[in-house]
Amino acid sequence: MSLVLDKLFANVTKVIAIAILLLVAWIFTVLFDHSLVSMEAFGFDFISETKWAPNLEKFGALPAIYGSVLSTFLAMLLAVPVAIGVAIFLSELAPARLKSPVGVSIELLAAIPSVIYGMWGLFYFVPIIRDAVGGIGISMLTAGIVLSIMILPFMAAVTRDAMNTTPDILKESAYALGGTKWDVIKDIVIPYAKAGIIGSFILALGRAIGETMAVTFVMGNVHKISADITQPATSIPVTLANEFTEADTDLYYSSLFELSLLLLVISFTIISIAKFYFLRRKRVA
Amino acid sequence: MTHTNKRIFINKLVMTLSTLSALIGIGFLFWILYVLVANGVDALSTTIFTQEGAPPGYDESGLKHALIGQLYIVGYATIIGVPLGILAGTYLSEYGGKSKLSETIRDISDIMMSAPSIVIGAFVYAIVVAPMGHFSGWAGSIALTIIMLPIILRTTDDMLQLVPSTLREAAFALGAPKYKVIMQVVYRGAKAGILTGILLGVARVAGETAPLLFTSFNDNFLNTDMMEPMASLTVTMYNYATSPYEDWQRLGWAAAFILSMFILSLNILGRLFIMKKKS
Repeated sequence: MSLVLDKLFANVTKVIAIAILLLVAWIFTVLFDHSLVSMEAFGFDFISETKWAPNLEKFGALPAIYGSVLSTFLAMLLAVPVAIGVAIFLSELAPARLKSPVGVSIELLAAIPSVIYGMWGLFYFVPIIRDAVGGIGISMLTAGIVLSIMILPFMAAVTRDAMNTTPDILKESAYALGGTKWDVIKDIVIPYAKAGIIGSFILALGRAIGETMAVTFVMGNVHKISADITQPATSIPVTLANEFTEADTDLYYSSLFELSLLLLVISFTIISIAKFYFLRRKRVA
Repeated sequence: MTHTNKRIFINKLVMTLSTLSALIGIGFLFWILYVLVANGVDALSTTIFTQEGAPPGYDESGLKHALIGQLYIVGYATIIGVPLGILAGTYLSEYGGKSKLSETIRDISDIMMSAPSIVIGAFVYAIVVAPMGHFSGWAGSIALTIIMLPIILRTTDDMLQLVPSTLREAAFALGAPKYKVIMQVVYRGAKAGILTGILLGVARVAGETAPLLFTSFNDNFLNTDMMEPMASLTVTMYNYATSPYEDWQRLGWAAAFILSMFILSLNILGRLFIMKKKS
C-alpha cells in the first residue's frame, strides 16, 4: 500500500513539474498560432511598418516597438544612477540604525503594484510635466520618468544585495592601505559585485519593457514615431492594454497577438541574458 | 591640490552625490506613499464596504463589488496555484535534485517570474475567453494562477532544500516511505518558508492589473458567478482613475489604498515568519 502511494506521490509531483514546462511551450504556441493571420498578411513588414490604422486594416508595430525601447531607455537612464546612489548609501554609507528601516521600506515599495505608480503619475506627475514642458503632460517623457520610479526600488534593492556580497575582509584590506570610501567602492566593491549589478540592471530592463500599468495611464496610446519626447506615444503593452478589447476584425486581433508574441520573445531574451550570462548560480530575485 | 587632497575631495563629492540620489529616490517613493495614504484615508468611508458601484454622481456608491470580486479571483487562483506550485517544487527539491530536467524547470520558472504579465492575459484570452465567447472570473483566476505558479514553485524548492538531509535520513532509518518523509518531516521543517512563499505569491498576484483587463474584465455591480465578467480592485481602480468623474476617482484612490495596505501587510507578515524561523 505505502509502496503504491510512494510511487503515486513521486509521479504526481513529476507530472505537475513537467506540466509547467509544457505550459510555457503552450503559451508560445498559442500566441504564435493566433499571430498567423497577421504574419501572412504583413510578413516581416509588420515590425518595420510605421502605420497602425485599424480602420484601414493596416498594422505596423514600429511605433509601439520604438515607444517600448525609448521609454525603457529613458527609465534606465534615470533609474540606474539613482539606484547605484541608493545602493552605495545603503551598503556603505548609512549608519547602522538607518540601514535596516530604509532598506526594508525600499523593499516594501518594490511590492506596491505598478497600477498605483501609474495612478500617481496620472494625477500628480502629469500636471508637473504639463507645466514644465507644455503640451498635455501625457507623453513619452512622463512614461519614462514614471517607469524609472517604478523600477527604482527593485533595482536599488538588488544592487545593494549584490554590493553586500563583497567580503568585509577585502574592504578592510583596502581601507588599511589608506583607501577612501570611494576608492574602496570603485576598486573593490564594484569590481567584485560587477556581474551581479549588471545582471540586476538587465533584469530590471526586462521588467520595464513589459510593464503595462505604470505607463498605460501616462503615455497616451498614440501610434506615431516622434523624436520629441514631450509628445504622446505608445508602447507594446500600452497598445495591448488599450486595444485588446476593441479588436473587431480577425486581422486586428491577430496583429495584437503578434505584438504579444513579440513582447514575450523580447523580454524572454533580455531576462535570459541577465540570468544566464550575469546571474549564473545565483538566485534571481 | 595635492594628490591626497584630490582623493579626499573626490571621495566627499561622490559620497554627497550618493546621499543626494538616495534622498531623491527615497523622497519620490515616500511622496507616492504619502499621496496614497492621504487620498486613500480621505476617500474611505463605511459605504465603500457596503455599497456597489453606481453611476457617477450617486452618493451611495462603494467598492463592495470590486472587493468581493477581487476575493473570488485571487482566492480561486490561490486555491489552484498553491497546491500545484508546492507539488512541483517538491519534485524539484526531493526527486529531481540537480538533474537536467529540474534545472531547466528552475530556469524557465525564474524567467517566467519576470515575464510581462499582460502577455499571460493575451494567452488566457485565446484559450479561455475566445472559446467561451465572453469574459469571466475564471479566466482572470487562471491568468493569476499562471503568474503565481513559478513563484510558489521556486520558493518551495528553495525552502525544502534548506531542510537538513539528516532529518530525512533519520526518518528513512525508522522505515518511513519517501512520501511520508516528505509530508511529515520535510514539509514540517520548511513550514514557515513555504508559508512565506505563499504570502508573497498572493501579494504579487493581488496587485496584477494587466492580465485581468481582458480576462475577468470588469463589472460595476456585484457578481459572484465566476462564469461571468467580474470586478477586481485593480481593474476598477484603473477604470475609475481614468474616468473624468471626481467621485469615481475618489473611489479609485480608496481602492488603491485598501489594496496597497493588503499587499504590504502580506509582505510584512511573510517577513515576520522568516525572521521568527531564523531566530
